[in-house]
Amino acid sequence: MIEVKNLVKSFGDSKVLKGVSMVFETGKTNLIIGQSGSGKTVLLKSLLGIHTPDSGTISFDGRIYSDLTKDEKRELRTEIGMVFQGSALFDSMTVEENVGFPLKMFTHNSKSEIQDRVDFVLKRVNLVDANKKLPSEISGGMQKRVAIARAIVNNPQYLFCDEPNSGLDPNTSILIDNLIKEITEEYNITTVINTHDMNSVMEIGENIVFLKNGLKAWQGTKEEIFRTDNKAVTDFVYSSNLFKKVREAYLKG
Amino acid sequence: MLVRYLSQIGKYFLMWKEIFNKPTKWSVMRTLILKEIDDLIIDSLGIVAFISFFVGGVVAIQTALNLTNPLIPKYLIGFATRQSVILEFAPTFISIIMAGKMGSFITSSIGTMRVTEQIDALEVMGVNSLNYLVFPKIIALQLFPFVIGISMFLGILGGWIAAVYGGFGSSDEFIGGLQKDFIPFHIAYAFIKTFVFALLLATIPSFHGYYMKGGALEVGKASTVSFVWTSVTIILMNYILTQMLLAS
Repeated sequence: MIEVKNLVKSFGDSKVLKGVSMVFETGKTNLIIGQSGSGKTVLLKSLLGIHTPDSGTISFDGRIYSDLTKDEKRELRTEIGMVFQGSALFDSMTVEENVGFPLKMFTHNSKSEIQDRVDFVLKRVNLVDANKKLPSEISGGMQKRVAIARAIVNNPQYLFCDEPNSGLDPNTSILIDNLIKEITEEYNITTVINTHDMNSVMEIGENIVFLKNGLKAWQGTKEEIFRTDNKAVTDFVYSSNLFKKVREAYLKG
Repeated sequence: MLVRYLSQIGKYFLMWKEIFNKPTKWSVMRTLILKEIDDLIIDSLGIVAFISFFVGGVVAIQTALNLTNPLIPKYLIGFATRQSVILEFAPTFISIIMAGKMGSFITSSIGTMRVTEQIDALEVMGVNSLNYLVFPKIIALQLFPFVIGISMFLGILGGWIAAVYGGFGSSDEFIGGLQKDFIPFHIAYAFIKTFVFALLLATIPSFHGYYMKGGALEVGKASTVSFVWTSVTIILMNYILTQMLLAS
């Protein structure tokens, strides 16, 4: 479980997070949604330790990040898996080298043990014939799956995904969403997804946090999002006619 | 403006400190160092050899063409070639050329990693990205004096071929000039300079790549800025070291 309390983050005079508090539960897909500039990415990067908050706390299963020593922070980071928006695969390494990288860096496993684990996770993300290919030789959807494989290879306790569906076709998006949800349940990890994709919200949103202007404007489940009368949420989520109709149909039963 | 420069200089020295924090596992680092030796040293040998050979030849021809007074001995061609190549051309000008070749490679490769969030990925995994990316370059560039040694040899060889086969003097005269008033410390001076330049070549372009912000266009700009600052710093250090080692 990740608990965020009164998190504030500014860049110069611009206050991006204005004291947000929320809980991301273990074994659930937690989604952060909101318009561009609402502070989603800053929140995610603060959770990852890439940004240092001005005030407030982030605790990972009781461990308050700001209270940890530098070494403890690095240790905690080995428990984190991250899927970046652009996949962030190391382009000089093959698919299997990318996936095996965290194991090579942080474990004393033998080459064959690393290879077995890499083969296992690549199979888990339905990617078996791409081991020797470079990231530039595979499609965007495959790159995302490699990024997910790399994020889970070390058995992380926390999985973060920044816009995992951006640039993907609808079919691949659904595959990626379902894969993340399956992995979250299978390994009982705390997953936090930063997304704009309303399909993801409807498909896998078990705990949804809506940010507006650096503040938490709403929190609930995908079922609750259909029933909410919070204007900020409805204006954002049901901005398209399609989703308006989906909502009407849901409410009519 | 001045505050911005001072802040950048401070950031550069803080980067040095961070490079040596939390070292990467040796088995991984060894592979990285070998890769950097290949990318930075071995891949530079061709261009260094080509430039050194022909510039050595040009120095010899220029010297010969300027020796119009028959009272000036021909061995001065060899002497001038040796002094030019060993003291300045090989250590300083090859380093500046390498600031363009290696430096832009280092800045653009690290800058692209920054833009594509690969550096963030390393940090999130708990890897000290500065140690992982910059330390192997510093170690690989400890072989830079070896490149400069080759440059010295080929520069003088180019001069000898140009002088002898161009009909500007005999082989004995050229070799006599090479041996005339030879001060062994000049070789040490050249290699001390090269060692300092190697550290600059590894770290200044890395600094500009690592701390860049923006997209593809900014990677290009960072490479240019990195080349300018590496060259300026090499020239300044060249002056300071020459004053310290030869003039005092």
